[in-house]
Amino acid sequence: MRSIWRTIDRELVRDVAALAAAVAVVGASFGALAIAAGVPVWMASVMSLLVFAGGSQFMVVGVLAAGGTPFAAVAAALLLNLRHLPFGLVVGDLLGRNRAAQLLGAHIMIDESVAFAMAQRDPQRARAAYWLCGITLFCAWNPAVLVGAYLGEAMGDPADFGLDAAFPAALFALLLPQLREPGPLRVAIAGAVLAVAATPFLPAGVPVLVALLGVVFALPLPKKLERAR
Amino acid sequence: MTLTTVLVLAVGTYAIRIGGVLLRERYSVPDRVRRMFALSAIALLAALYATNGLVDGEGFAGWARALGVGAGALLAVARLPFVVVVIGAALTTAGLRVLAIA
Repeated sequence: MRSIWRTIDRELVRDVAALAAAVAVVGASFGALAIAAGVPVWMASVMSLLVFAGGSQFMVVGVLAAGGTPFAAVAAALLLNLRHLPFGLVVGDLLGRNRAAQLLGAHIMIDESVAFAMAQRDPQRARAAYWLCGITLFCAWNPAVLVGAYLGEAMGDPADFGLDAAFPAALFALLLPQLREPGPLRVAIAGAVLAVAATPFLPAGVPVLVALLGVVFALPLPKKLERAR
Repeated sequence: MTLTTVLVLAVGTYAIRIGGVLLRERYSVPDRVRRMFALSAIALLAALYATNGLVDGEGFAGWARALGVGAGALLAVARLPFVVVVIGAALTTAGLRVLAIA
């Protein structure tokens, strides 16, 4: 465990810090929104600590505020989080067989920590990036929710800072180095097109899962690669 | 919102997260399948990029966000540092909103 921190370089720390700043602003806006929707501060905070999945937290508060039942709210939120199951199949490799690392590491599994890990070239760096990103964003998200809850409407809208564009852009930047080979590139394009095409017809969270079908676009590749070798 | 709602969501989310990790541990898979797992994560991240960049709720997220995300993509393709990509996307979108382009 100790040795993995040595593989962290300044560039990685800077990149994660930039994302943490953005996450903090969104966390604060979640806190402000939750309070406006009548959620007590402590409950917004407990939720952020225990759930730590921003999209699903906004989803639950939003559905309940719109008059939905708790069942509908939680079902929609869990659907949104279902993508973490396939993510776990990749992250499981990084976390190894240490039970404590698995139990703790699973909780900091978010799009950004997975993307940061996958953007690294070797497994050692991937492991370090996963933990650094996950822990840093956890430590940015939770205090920010409290701050936002107290600031309330003085918080402003993260959209004013363009943060809704910052997160997709960050994912793209982390994804790009993995798309040099034609197979992954085809999978990424197919996944993106499938998800966007499915969006008008399916509830939130499901279109991204439809994107998994995009994996078939890499199928002819392994044979070709093997032959090339 | 009740504490039960929060706890059910927390347990469900954690079960999903740990589920994949434990499944991965239980079965030793050939390299080809591991490669498939990595590819499915790529498909998911690309899908998140595209849907979060273009869609808000049920409709188009608007030109400000789409163009900001596009600007970020260009900066990334031009191999500019990660921080520049993220800030560039945010500034583009924020700037367009100041100009009242939704």
